[in-house]
Amino acid sequence: MDKVMRLASEKDVVVFSKSSCCLCYAITILFQELGVTSTVHEIDQDPEGREMEKTLVRLGCNAPVPAIFVGGRLVGSTNEVMSLHLSGGLIPMLKPYQTWC
Amino acid sequence: MDFPSTQFVPSRMMGTYQPIHQIGMWGENFKSIGNPSISASVIVEVDNKLENESETASHEMPAPSCKHDQEASKPFDKIQRRLAQNREAARKSRLRKKAYVQQLESSRLKLMQLEKELEQAREQGLYIGGGLEAGHLGFSGAVSPGIAVFEMEYKHWMQEQNRQLGELRTALNAQISDIELRIVVENGMSHYFELFRMKSTVAKADVFYVMSGTWKTPAERFFSWIGGFRPSELLKVLVAQLDPLTDQQIFEVCNLKQSCQQAEDALSQGMEKLQETVSATLAAGQLGQGTYFPQVAMAMEKLEALVCFVNQADHLRQETLQQMSHILTTRQAARGLLALGEYIQRLQDLSTLWATHPREPA
Repeated sequence: MDKVMRLASEKDVVVFSKSSCCLCYAITILFQELGVTSTVHEIDQDPEGREMEKTLVRLGCNAPVPAIFVGGRLVGSTNEVMSLHLSGGLIPMLKPYQTWC
Repeated sequence: MDFPSTQFVPSRMMGTYQPIHQIGMWGENFKSIGNPSISASVIVEVDNKLENESETASHEMPAPSCKHDQEASKPFDKIQRRLAQNREAARKSRLRKKAYVQQLESSRLKLMQLEKELEQAREQGLYIGGGLEAGHLGFSGAVSPGIAVFEMEYKHWMQEQNRQLGELRTALNAQISDIELRIVVENGMSHYFELFRMKSTVAKADVFYVMSGTWKTPAERFFSWIGGFRPSELLKVLVAQLDPLTDQQIFEVCNLKQSCQQAEDALSQGMEKLQETVSATLAAGQLGQGTYFPQVAMAMEKLEALVCFVNQADHLRQETLQQMSHILTTRQAARGLLALGEYIQRLQDLSTLWATHPREPA
């Protein structure tokens, strides 16, 4: 529980991923398009990866990746992010973290 | 097709034997296949060989018996001759059976080849019927039950879709209450959601089947994006049909279209990454060495992600429909569903017209 929540609160927009997870890649592309730089943690490259995976599943991410945290709070997986975006709720949530170059 | 004049089971041979069912059986079966050109000549050869053998045998047999008492040796001769004839008949029957099985095998291979060609022709847009032929049945492998079930369910889905479109048309022309119209709209929405559920199930069985859009008509496939329609394209078709929209509605639809496009872009780029990953995995190591199973196995693992993408694309379609139904009034939503349904019907008619349109021979 600790490492996931610690990492999630360290940066504004955090995406837990696995190396070569292409759906995770798609999410980071979406955030990029919305002007947000996301921090990606590849849990399969982390020594505590198995524990982190269990934590994410316990938090409700069945996949378990991608798992997206904004402002330290869990938004969900790809489904939740997409639904939020189409209903117009994602951009307001990301507003404080947008960094347009 | 020329048949040799001496067909299998030459009657002159049959006449000398006891009726042995086996020979008759193989003969009958051969006739029913209808293409025994090679096998028949084999049989004739065999028959000739056996005929020669039995003649030599029958010449040899009586010779020793001349030395014995004729009366006593007659029944013995007869029995010996019968036994020899039976042996020959059995041998002939076994050879016939072997030829018959060979015949079956070559027919089977030919059928597999024909089926493959037919499938290729269908893929190239030669649209036959509703695209629901059992193209996935056949000798090429076990019947995929998931696909067979889906094709059957999709056929019913289309029938129900057409019925609902008729209902929408009637409802919009009649002056029914908004509440009643809402029910018709909800049914229409649920019907689409049902399709996404069906697709999700069959994607687990065979994701390539969903990606190829085989169950759809060629013109629909032309517009395919990750196993179905591009949501932003659908919005373009719909919006044009829905005048007049309020300013607020126009604003919201615009936002929805933009969000759709962004989500589609992200998924498309994810798909490209997946292609790169699978390609890189397959090509790892030396190409040309001959042993490559590990690469293929690893590539297959990577391909599993394709199911996620198909599900995400359908999720996007579903969310787009949901959002539209929130933005629009009930009446507008009803008109939207009808417009969408008719647009798809036009695509399907385009496919039919294309298939029946006379073309120059290649």
